[in-house]
Amino acid sequence: MILDLDKFIATEKTYWAELERLLMRFENHSAYKPDFDQLKRFHYLYQRTAADLVKWTTFSAESEMRHYLENLVARAYSRMHEARGRRLRFRPKRFFFQDFPQTIRRHINALWLSIAVFLIGCAFGGVVIHLDAGTKEVILPFSHLQISPAERVAKEEKAAEDQDRLKGRKTTFSAFLMVNNIRVSILALALGMTWGIGTLIMLFYNGVILGAVSLDYVLGGQTKFLIGWLLPHGSIEIPAILLAGQAGLVLAKALIGWGQSITLRDRLRKIVNDLMILIFGIAILLVWAGLIEAFFSQYHEPVIPYEVKIGFGTVQLILLIAFIRWAGRKTEKEIFHPKGRNFKNSEITPVTLDHKDSKFF
Amino acid sequence: MNQTRTNSLTIQTPEGVSFALLLAGPVTRFMAWLIDLLAVIGASIVLFMIFASTGLLIFDFMRALFIILSYFAINLGYTIALEWYWHGQTLGKRLFQLRVMDAQGLQLQPSQIVIRNLLRLVDFLPGFYLLGGVTCLINRNAQRLGDVAANTIVIRIPRVSEPDLEKLLSDKFNSLKMYPHLEARLRQQVTPAEAGIALRAILRRDELEPRARVSLYREIADHFKHIVPFPPEAFDGVSDEQYIRNIIDVLFRTKPPRKELS
Repeated sequence: MILDLDKFIATEKTYWAELERLLMRFENHSAYKPDFDQLKRFHYLYQRTAADLVKWTTFSAESEMRHYLENLVARAYSRMHEARGRRLRFRPKRFFFQDFPQTIRRHINALWLSIAVFLIGCAFGGVVIHLDAGTKEVILPFSHLQISPAERVAKEEKAAEDQDRLKGRKTTFSAFLMVNNIRVSILALALGMTWGIGTLIMLFYNGVILGAVSLDYVLGGQTKFLIGWLLPHGSIEIPAILLAGQAGLVLAKALIGWGQSITLRDRLRKIVNDLMILIFGIAILLVWAGLIEAFFSQYHEPVIPYEVKIGFGTVQLILLIAFIRWAGRKTEKEIFHPKGRNFKNSEITPVTLDHKDSKFF
Repeated sequence: MNQTRTNSLTIQTPEGVSFALLLAGPVTRFMAWLIDLLAVIGASIVLFMIFASTGLLIFDFMRALFIILSYFAINLGYTIALEWYWHGQTLGKRLFQLRVMDAQGLQLQPSQIVIRNLLRLVDFLPGFYLLGGVTCLINRNAQRLGDVAANTIVIRIPRVSEPDLEKLLSDKFNSLKMYPHLEARLRQQVTPAEAGIALRAILRRDELEPRARVSLYREIADHFKHIVPFPPEAFDGVSDEQYIRNIIDVLFRTKPPRKELS
C-alpha cells in the first residue's frame, strides 16, 4: 500500500481540526455536556485520528506530525476512556456525616494500629519519666512543660486570675494552632510513603510526649488540672492525629500490598479518594480543636471550673466516638444489606462500593 | 502500557493504537517549581501588603484570617486550584510546557491533584525536594513520591509545528520521486531516529569541517541506500549531500514545494 502524504494530510486535516476544537471545548468548559450526537461525532473523530496516527507511524518517519497526532489522540483518549465520575458538586453535609465516618470504618484496622502505636508510645514515655525524671528535658521540648507540675498549675491559675493572657489574640492563636496541627496531620499522611515507618515513628513520638507529660502531672498530684487542660481540645485533637496516622497507614498498606493480587498502581488508585476524604475530615476536626484550645482550654480555675472543662471534654469525646461508630450507617446498610425495595443505588459512590475490599485492614 | 524510551511513556489504547507521552525530567520540574514558589511568595507579599496598608492586622480576627489565607489559600491552594482549573498546569508548568496527567492517560481527578500536592511535604524532605528529586531520577516514569501515590505523571508538551523545510530544501528535481513505490517504502522503513539524523546532518552543514562533512554524508547516504535500494539512475551524478536532501524531501515534506512567482 502506498500512502500519498500530501493527499492524506489535505483530506484528514479538517477532521483533526474538528477534533481539536471539540477537545478545547471540553478542556476549557468543565461544565460542558455534549448531547448524544456530539458524543457520537467525538467518538468518530477520535477513532479516525487514531487510525491516521497508525497510518502516519507506518508510512512516514516525520516526527513533528506524529507528535501532533499523538497529542490529539492522547487528549481524546483521556476523555473517551475515563470511567470514573468527575464529581464537581461538593456536598459538605454528606461529606462530613456520611463519607468521612464511612471511610474511617472502612479502614478501621489501620486506626486500631495507629491507636496501639500511640498508646505504646504513651506507656514508654510514662515509664521513662517514672524511672528517670531527669529525662524530662530531653523528652519534652517545650519550656513550659519542664517546670514542676505544681509550679505550672500555680502560675496558670494566677495568670487566669490576674488578667486574660490571650486578650486580643485568641483568634490568631487559634488560627496558628489550626495551621500547625493540620500541617502535622498532612505530614503523618505523607510519611505513609515511607512504607508507614515515618508515620509509626511520628505516632510513637507523639505518644511518648503525651505519656511523659501525663505521668509527670499525675505523679505531681495535678491530675485534675491535667485532664481539665487537655480534655476539651485533646478529645478532638488527639483522635484527629490518630486518624491522620490511620491515613498514613492506609497509604503504606497500599504501597506494601500484602495479600493483594492487584498491581501497585491499582491499589493506590483504589485508596486515593479515601485519603482525600480522611485528610479533609481531619482538617475540619482540627479547626474545631483549634477554636476550643484558644477560647476554652487556656482558661483554668477560677475562671472556668475544672469540672466544667472535664465534663465538656468527656461529652465531646463520647460524641466523637459515636460519630465514628454510627454516623452514615444508614446509607451503608442500604447499599450492602438491601431489603427489598429499600435498596437505594442512587447513593452509591465509587468510595462506598469499595467497602467489601477493605475488611482486612 | 510500556516504556520504550527512557523519557517517554507509551500508552496502548484498547483499539491497539499506541501513543507516547514525553516525561518531564527533575531539572525542568524543579525550574517550574521555582517559578511557582516565586508566585506564592509574591502572592503572600501582596496579601500582607493589603492587610497591612489597610490597617487590618491590628484586629485579632483579621490576623487569624491572614494566617489561614496565607497557608491554606496561597501555600496549599495555589497548586491545587490551578492544577484543577488549568487541567494539570500551574504558572511554572505553563511556562515550561509541562502538564500533570494521570499515569494511564486518563483524566486527572480532584483527589489525585489533592494527594500529589499534599505529599509534597515528604518529597521536600530533608530540604529543597531532595527526596522527591532522587525518586524522580530513579523512577522509570520520573515520578516523585506524591506522583506515585496519586498515580500521576508530569509530561512535556512540545510545541507542535511542522518544520520549515522550505528554507532547507530547494525546488530542484528530486530523482527519488520518479519511483513512488520505493519512495513509499522508504517512508515506511526509515525510523524517526534515522530521519532525525539525516535532518540534523543537513541543518548543521556549516558547522562541519569540509572533509568530515564529505565523510559523514557518504556514511549517511550509504546507510539510506541500504535501507531501500533505488535503481542506479536515481542517484547517477547526484552527490551524497544532494542524495540526503532528496531523502529528507521524501521523508519530511508534507506540502508541495512553494512555487516561485515569476
